Amino acid sequence: MSLVQKIEDTVVNLLRLAVTRLPKDVKDALKTAYEKEVDETAKTQLKAILDNIMLAEKTERPMCQDTGVIIFYVKVGNEFKELGKLPEILRTATIRATKEIPLRPNAVHPISQKNSGDNTGRYIPYINWEIIQGDFLEITAFPKGGGSENMSRLGMLKPGEGIDGMKKFVIDTVLHAGGQPCPPVILGVGIGGGADIAMKLAKKALLRPITERHEDPEIAKLEQELLEAVNESGIGPMGLGGRTTALGVNIEYAHRHPASYPVGVVVQCWAARRASARIYSDGAVEYLTHEVGEK
Amino acid sequence: MTTYRFKTPVSEEDVRKLRVGDIIYVSGTLVTARDEAHKRALEYYEEGKKLPVDFEGIALYHCGPIVKKVNDEWIAVAAGPTTSTRMDLFEAEFIEKFRVRIIIGKGGMGERTTEACKKYGAVYCAFIGGAAVLAANAIKRIKGVEWLDLGMPEALWIFEVENFGPLTVTIDSHGNNLHREVMSRVEANRDTIYKKLKLKG
Ligand code: SF4
Repeated sequence: MSLVQKIEDTVVNLLRLAVTRLPKDVKDALKTAYEKEVDETAKTQLKAILDNIMLAEKTERPMCQDTGVIIFYVKVGNEFKELGKLPEILRTATIRATKEIPLRPNAVHPISQKNSGDNTGRYIPYINWEIIQGDFLEITAFPKGGGSENMSRLGMLKPGEGIDGMKKFVIDTVLHAGGQPCPPVILGVGIGGGADIAMKLAKKALLRPITERHEDPEIAKLEQELLEAVNESGIGPMGLGGRTTALGVNIEYAHRHPASYPVGVVVQCWAARRASARIYSDGAVEYLTHEVGEK
Repeated sequence: MTTYRFKTPVSEEDVRKLRVGDIIYVSGTLVTARDEAHKRALEYYEEGKKLPVDFEGIALYHCGPIVKKVNDEWIAVAAGPTTSTRMDLFEAEFIEKFRVRIIIGKGGMGERTTEACKKYGAVYCAFIGGAAVLAANAIKRIKGVEWLDLGMPEALWIFEVENFGPLTVTIDSHGNNLHREVMSRVEANRDTIYKKLKLKG
């Protein structure tokens, strides 16, 4: 098999893994939440979510009907062969996955309102690039649901408001969203940089497993503090009350302009789908988020 | 909190037993309807035209399913609930005119619908947002489809279901609305959270 074909197949597989099987950290967090909840209604919601996830795995069907807008995060080694063909490969793989899995066609032209029918369009699938050293490629498939995305917000805060302003903005975002983003949610928070950078970092923060805290202990502390605060809200699973409003808060930051304090919050739902693999120039594939038997 | 299993048609008496927080599983007939179908059904009523489906006692599902045709038979691929607030415009009248007893969706509904549930004896139940496989699994057969000209998601899909649920009663026929209750509790918690984080309100 050619390397190009190998990459394409792997990407189709990543999309399939993402929509049919939640990564371990999210699944475990849902299980723990179910065990810890005392509210009967909340327990019922979490149990149903877990049952739905199991059933999706077993039947290899998408866990949610909204299979999201297709986003990729690609880290590519400077020595990786076929670098130039990657955009085309990711596009082809998306079209194939849409047919084969199937995924719901979710790419709509914003002016004509026409659905392209195959999850591709201008800038879609969206690809985030990062160049690294080496002869391998790391791809993350990140299908992002619309209901939770709609609750995401950007705040251009005053630098004088500082960290307190940031905390308040995160809390207010969650309270405003209520049950709409299909909680329990995961919050990606991006601080600093600029308007676009804060939002990008917020989404990128969602790639980190919720079991891992930020390497900077100050940020790690903030993540923990905000998670506990959000879970005091009483919104609960599906907004029907309970202790589990969020499963995790992941923060990422960039240095900021002295005059601005951007804060981005990207809301992720319980269907927190992501799947990653590393592909070497010799065609070897290593799955990073899911256990996959040799094919 | 009690768990009930119902078979359609469901009577007013059955529904009146239910309280917010109860769990139900429904077997029998479930019909999907979104904005367009609600609108058309009420127009038909105005014009005195006969509806293709009798809604009395069945369960109404706010859902735009993904279905496919295999060997001449429709199969539900994914059938999770859609956001119910969009149907708030029509639901009170819909309950009054057609005596539907169980409404299923996600996110809850407003005051007018809550009033109609109380007045005519109906409940609104929340189903897990996104739980498409769980829903599809409970759908045993697609008995028919009407108004397909409205498009696949907007058509009236008539499902035969078995133990469709768990459905949490969040609006009962006694004027209780769990969504409203939770949101006012959440609002009250705002200050506690601010204080804990030492924030100014
Ligand atoms: S918010 Fe998430 S779980 Fe809910 S319907 Fe959308 S994609 Fe599915």
